[in-house]
Formats: sequence, structure tokens, C-alpha cells
Amino acid sequence: MISIRNVCKSFGRVQAVRDVSLEIHQGEFFSLLGASGSGKTTLLRMIAGFEPVTSGHIVIDGQRSEDMPPHLRPVNMVFQNYAIFPHLNVRDNIAYGLRRLGIARPRQAAMVDEMLDLIALPSYGDRRANQLSGGQMQRVALARALILKPKVLLLDEPLGALDKQLRDQMQLELRSLQQKLGITFVLVTHDQEEALTLSDRVAVMAEGRVVQVDTPAGLYDTPRNRLVAGFVGNMNFFDGTVRRTGAEALLDVEGLGRMPLNDPVGAFRDGDPAVVALRPEGFTLHPSPPAAAFGVVQGRLQARQYLGGRQLLHIAIEGRTASVTVLRQIARGAEAEQMAEGSPIWLTWPQDALVVLEKE
Amino acid sequence: MAVGGAFGRMNRGLAIYAVAFVAVLYLPILLIPLFSFNAGVYVKFPLEGVTLRWYADLAGRETLHHAFFNSLQVGLVVAIMSTVLAVPAAKAIARYRLPGKRAIVGFIMLPLVVPGLIFGVALLTLLNRFGATMSLATVGIGHVVLCLPFAIATLLPRFEGIDRSMEEASADLGENAWWTFWRITVPTILPGILASLLLTFTISFDEFILAFFLSGTEATLPMYIWSQLRFPQDFPSLLALATLILVFSFVMVFASLRIAGFGRTARREGAI
Repeated sequence: MISIRNVCKSFGRVQAVRDVSLEIHQGEFFSLLGASGSGKTTLLRMIAGFEPVTSGHIVIDGQRSEDMPPHLRPVNMVFQNYAIFPHLNVRDNIAYGLRRLGIARPRQAAMVDEMLDLIALPSYGDRRANQLSGGQMQRVALARALILKPKVLLLDEPLGALDKQLRDQMQLELRSLQQKLGITFVLVTHDQEEALTLSDRVAVMAEGRVVQVDTPAGLYDTPRNRLVAGFVGNMNFFDGTVRRTGAEALLDVEGLGRMPLNDPVGAFRDGDPAVVALRPEGFTLHPSPPAAAFGVVQGRLQARQYLGGRQLLHIAIEGRTASVTVLRQIARGAEAEQMAEGSPIWLTWPQDALVVLEKE
Repeated sequence: MAVGGAFGRMNRGLAIYAVAFVAVLYLPILLIPLFSFNAGVYVKFPLEGVTLRWYADLAGRETLHHAFFNSLQVGLVVAIMSTVLAVPAAKAIARYRLPGKRAIVGFIMLPLVVPGLIFGVALLTLLNRFGATMSLATVGIGHVVLCLPFAIATLLPRFEGIDRSMEEASADLGENAWWTFWRITVPTILPGILASLLLTFTISFDEFILAFFLSGTEATLPMYIWSQLRFPQDFPSLLALATLILVFSFVMVFASLRIAGFGRTARREGAI
């Protein structure tokens, strides 16, 4: 649906977007995730047509679009501040884009009614922008864009201005709306939880580049580097060194010991540093020495943090200065067998819980 | 009592000053309507009785009516032209990062401080050089130059208040630059446009020096007043005329300020 090919954008001497290539598919909920200044908003604005590309191509629905003015592109946008026209009421805001299409008045009114129903604000047609709450403005902005039946809907941090509770609700509504309409959504957000909850696929951006494009599960389970791993959820990082003897490769990891390294393409050479990542929930805890497992290490319980139905345990292990965080579900009635702080504890992990990050 | 403290006394001093200030400013002006109702011919106390004779007298003066319609005509054309010219100028100043913007804005505002006499002579010389005959049209040209900085100054804050994303949203919804201007920009700056029209009309309507240099044989209203000052027995009628112009100008300027100010508060309420 959208094909971004080697797009670069410079503002004077600042390179905002550096050689980004992406394929966004028809009917997909796609997110651009990154911290502020990562180039995600600039990329979205280039898709909408508000910023010209410095170099590269943007193909929307099979059409070369990088030189097309915004009013001719088959995309519509929900702005971060919603940009509801203050001199028009809700109905006229929603109907704004219909003038150009030459649709008869009664048909327009029917379409607006349909949209007001869709956004669950049927009796709000005569209100002005300044009589709407943030969440209502957001819905009006959505309706105003969706009434034009765009091929792609662009959303620039649409939930950023809402409070937490409303944000959660709007997340659900956005997702179900997208599934109902089957329109391609491209969302820009700095909120990793939002990106993971809503999206079919996420592009993580940093310093103007796309670091990794993957499904939420893919990003979580096999982050490509420290940035993605740290950005999406909690992560334990371990420094290691590669030991290569012929075809066989081993990894010496601080605190965890020696383990086989799966490196079919031979990216690492003997003596290369490597970083191993393990999620807090990737470990299993044992109060006594466990039976055989892929990896096992003994530690000492340092501190615990309660997170409602779960506990985050901080465990010190030998050969590593930072503690390891381990997430544990608390079973009903399990308080009795709570481990005391300072007591010895064994950690085990399966092979697939462990991710060797790409060489940097 | 708190009111009796140092601040209370200072406020009283300020109040006296304010009253004196307003009195000095407006007493001479208030004398004009006062004597316009005076039955006697001479401007002196005591008043000799109340009359509307001078106002009635205005109704019968053909040359006055002619001058009034001249001023009306010039004022309307000048108001529309200077406002229309000021819209793109104000937009450019507010929107684009022009090199040497400060210098350009200063240059545009220059007619505000150039003495009318010098300005009038300069325009007269220039128009003569081009072979133009002095007429109401040349008065109009002079007034447009004079009014342009006022129009720009009135419109500029409105343009600066436009949220860029509103125009982007319009483009995103399929409207090109022209329609975006009509459907988004114009409604947003409308109070500024109205205020500019009222203000520039009033300036042109009251202006004397440029009209004196550039009008040729056609007189505007202020020129008519000037020409009648020679006749002492007509002076009370001029006071009556001046009173009417005064009321009219006050209403126009007040309305223009109200419109400009009102739009601004309405926008602030609209902003989140």
C-alpha cells in the first residue's frame, strides 16, 4: 500500500530521516515507534505530503507520490492537536472534505450522520470545537478523515493528549475501528505499550533510521539490538565474548557461564564482544538446586518489588555487578513459601529465552 | 484600615493624575460639540442659548454634500484597496522566514512616522513626474500608501494567531491552497479584515494634508472645512460638522478595536 524507498530528509544541516525503506501492506495497522527526534513524525509528514523528501521515493497505492501535493494524496491524517476547525461546528468539520467531491447536500448529511454514529457522538453535530473534550475532538478528527474513505489513515500521536484511562479506551476503539474498516493505519507514537497493543507491525526508529521492523511479538522476543530490547519492555543485558574453534562457536557470558552460540552466517569472530539479552520472565526460579536445564546459575535474592499479581525479584549472581531482574507470577496461597531476602536461589532458562544481539 | 495604607494613598494620586490626563485630552474636544449647540456666532462663554440651527444649516450646503460624497468614495475605495493589499503582506510577514524581515517590516511601517507635509510633497512630485492629473484618484493613491501600515498592523496579529496545522488539515482533506485560504484563513482573520476596513476608512475620511496636495479641483470633507474657516459667520456650522465627524470617527475606531479584540478572546477560548 505504501512503499518508502531510500527516503532521506534534511532540515539544513540536520538529517531528520536517513535512508529509510519500508513496505506497509494493505489493511495493516503499522506503527512508527521512537523517541522524540527519531524522525518518525517527519516520515509521517512526508507520507502526508507536508514535507518534501530530500531524496528517495514514496509510492502510495502504486502511485509515485513524493512530488504530489497533500490535497491530491489518497491519505488522510489525524493531527496531534486534532486541528478541529474552530469556526465550524462538528457537522461542518466532518463534512469539510466532501465539498470537493461534488456530493449532493442530502447525501452529505446522511454521510455525516453515519460518521457521528460511528464515533458514538450522534447528538454532538451542532457543537463547536471549544465545546468538546479532548477525547471528543479526537473522534471528530477521526470522523473527518474517515468520511473520505482514505486508502491510508495517518495518525500523529493521536492519544498523546488524553489521560491514561481515556487513552486505554481509545486504543481499543482505534483497533476495532481499523479492523472494521480494513483501512491501512499508520500510527506515530513514542509509547511502546501503545505500539505493541495496537499494531500488526512496528518500525522502531532512532536517529532518523529504522532500527527494526517486526511484529510486536517479534520485537519483544527477538530484538535486534540493545536499543530495541531496552525500548520494548524490561530486559537483562549480559556482556559476553565469542570463543570460536573452527566451525564451533561458544559464548562466554558474565555470570551465566559458557554456552553454545548459534551463528550460522558467521557474523562473530573469535574474541568478538557480544551482548546477550534475557527477559525477566524468561527465567524460572528454584528454591533448591534444579534438575538439568539449558542454563542454570545460583544467585542470592537481593530485593523484591510487588507489581500487583506479580513480583519483580532482583537477584545477585557471581561474576556480574548488576543484579538480574526476574519476573515471577504469585500463585494463590504461595505467600507461605516466600523466599527470604538473602537466601540462595537458582535460576534456569531455556535456550529460546536467550537472544544474542546483533554485532554493533 | 487596609485602604488607608501607603498603597491606598498612591492609588489616589494616580487617580487624580488619570482624571487630569483625560481632562486635558478630551476637554478641548468636548468644547466642539458644546459650542455647536450655542446660539451665538462667537466661541466664548457664557453660552447664548441652545439651538440646532447650525446643524440645519449644514443640510442646505451643496458644496459640503459634494465634498462629503467625495470623501465617502475615496474612503471606501481606500479601505478596500489597502486591506486587500495588506492581507498578502501580513501573511508573508507572519508566515515566511524572509531574509531581512525586520528591515522590511520597518520599511513598510515608515509612512507612520514621515511627516504628512513631506509625504504629500513627495507624492505630488512623483505623480507629476508620471504626468498624472491631480484628482480623487491621486488622493486615493496617497491614502492607500498612508493606510497600508495601519492595515498590516491590524491584520498581523490575526495571521500570527493562525495554527499552521489548521491549514495543513484543510490541505489533507483535499482542498488546494486557494480553497484553504477561503475556507480556513479568511474566516480566521475576518475580525482583522473588518477592523482594518473600519480603521483605514476612518483614516482616509479624516485625512487633510495628502488630500490638500493631491486632490486638484475636487475637495474632500476636511478640505471643505479648511476652505470655510475664512468665514467667521460659518464657524458654528463647522463646529456642528466637526461634531458629526467626531462621533462618526469615534464609533468607527471603537468598533474596529472591539472587533479585533473580540476575535482574539474568541480564539483563545477555542484553543485547548
